[in-house]
Amino acid sequence: MSAPRDYLKGNEAIAYGALHAGVNAYFAYPITPSSEVPETFAREFGRRDDDGNETWPEFRVFMQSASELEAINMTIGAAATGVRAMTFTSSPGFSLKQEGLSYAVGMELPLLIGNVNRGGPGLGNISPEQSDYHQCTRGGGHGGYKLIVLAPATGQEIGTYPALGFDLAFKYRQPVVILTDAFTGQIKEDIEFPHIEPREYDTSWAVSGARDREPNIINSLHLDADDLEAHAQRLNAKWDTIYENEVRYEEYLIDDAELVVVAYGIMARLLKAAVNRAREAGHKVGLLRPITIWPFPHKRLTELIHRTRGFLVGELNAGQMIEDVRLAVEGRRPVRHVHRYGGNLPTGKELDAAIAEVLA
Amino acid sequence: MSGAVPSEALTQALAEGYTAKKGTLASLTPNDTHYCPGCEHGTITRLIGMALENLGLRERAVMCDSVGCSVLSYNYFNCDHIQCAHGRAPAVGTGIKRANSDLVVFTTQGDGDALAIGMGETVWAAIRGMPLSIFLINNAIYGMTGGQMAPTTLPNQPTTTTPYGRDIEQTGAPLDICKLLATIDNASYVRRVSAIVQPMETRKETIYSTKNLKQVYTAIENAFKAQLAGKYGFVEILSTCNINWKMPILESKKFGHENLTGTYPLGVYRDDLELEAKA
Repeated sequence: MSAPRDYLKGNEAIAYGALHAGVNAYFAYPITPSSEVPETFAREFGRRDDDGNETWPEFRVFMQSASELEAINMTIGAAATGVRAMTFTSSPGFSLKQEGLSYAVGMELPLLIGNVNRGGPGLGNISPEQSDYHQCTRGGGHGGYKLIVLAPATGQEIGTYPALGFDLAFKYRQPVVILTDAFTGQIKEDIEFPHIEPREYDTSWAVSGARDREPNIINSLHLDADDLEAHAQRLNAKWDTIYENEVRYEEYLIDDAELVVVAYGIMARLLKAAVNRAREAGHKVGLLRPITIWPFPHKRLTELIHRTRGFLVGELNAGQMIEDVRLAVEGRRPVRHVHRYGGNLPTGKELDAAIAEVLA
Repeated sequence: MSGAVPSEALTQALAEGYTAKKGTLASLTPNDTHYCPGCEHGTITRLIGMALENLGLRERAVMCDSVGCSVLSYNYFNCDHIQCAHGRAPAVGTGIKRANSDLVVFTTQGDGDALAIGMGETVWAAIRGMPLSIFLINNAIYGMTGGQMAPTTLPNQPTTTTPYGRDIEQTGAPLDICKLLATIDNASYVRRVSAIVQPMETRKETIYSTKNLKQVYTAIENAFKAQLAGKYGFVEILSTCNINWKMPILESKKFGHENLTGTYPLGVYRDDLELEAKA
């Protein structure tokens, strides 16, 4: 299947999006509700057309690991050779992969990882939540770091973000996360895969054998305090650059909005409908949807303060992204929260009531 | 490197390993190693370096540095490196090897790294028959962290976390990894050797036999040959840790010979490619 257009689950769209983007290596460990991602890669691995031509000639490695730890460390190994390497999981598995992510950040390795957010804490359930927001945006592992986190809301975005993810990962030499949830991963939608020009990335740092050059050493160990501080300063400067240049968001009916609703992923889709209903009722309500939840569009929200009466944050958790919105709003306007969790979604009526309450 | 040599000559020879006056070996850097006096790690480093050199592998080699006393290996082997998380070197090596099968991927791991925190990765690399060369340095203790109990610590052996001796009723018995790996279908080459030189008393002085170092070298070379044939190669190398065993060097060598080889019998546990016959 290499059709540029298809009707796919979000999880399948991730895989096809990555294949269209020239993914070289995928490392799998099964976990609900993300297992369609490895299953799709497994089906496509080694596929040939009727003439015997490889459908995905760049897709050279598919491997199922024995644990999430193996999967992330295999991804690290493949990434260290300079190829486009990827792994995907769901919340409990994402927790297990935090060690590897911390090392990958320290070693400055480009790789793509996904998290289909399910209910927690612990085993929780397999229903959608957005409860891994903090874990994704604050650097879930040890040592203090930032990950670029892309939060698609539609199948179309899911299908196109692997290409963007690899571009950002190689540009900044660090892991990029695609964060969805059990709904976004499971909803089936019509998706068009745009043609992607083959990318060439600088891989002069990769392990490829020290032939006619000095050895390349990929390392996160800096025993000397000054060395480690200098390394961390360089990483932080990189994150400053990303924060300046890579913020992505969608605005919907913002220009005259007196109430700005902030939501990402599946909640943004529900609240977009609620914004439409509020507009029909004559209320000036708009939606700001962060696409990168890190780097977060703090600055844009701050710009909007003076012409709004308040903000409403919608999340499938008890209140995580609301902290970023409050940081941006600086206490100058009310910031309200509408949420459900445990795998539940707010009803339309609940969302409408939350909007009405802020407007009142 | 064979037969019995006087302790003075041995000291000088091993000093090359310890302080890495590596001579003309392109596969090793001129850096001094951080290994403690009396430790076999420097010798093993030199023997691996010789094998890389003799097989012409340096320019294709990627070493997966583990956590423990091997952590600074990138300072000693003059090849590409990736420094891995504790226990994860075989998984990282698997990713490298699958992504680029032209590379020759190897690791030295300690008993804590490979057999405690990294047991899953160790066993699964063998189950898949990954073409990796894995050198386990078993000195029956955690060295770098300061002498805690390892999976290979001997019964009743005192360590900082078993100060009254290892109670195998409570902690389990010492782990014979070669025996375990030998039961796995795809573990093509598995051998246990000892890098501990053997003290021998003469009427005049103590001399050390280095005969076993020849076996260590052969095993290392065979593990690389297994990888070149697309197969898995695992060599466990018995060593001492006089610092954490809290013994003088001579006593640690004796202890190693009297006790380690009893619990961990030397030998070829698997040799599907019949590399030993060809050596």
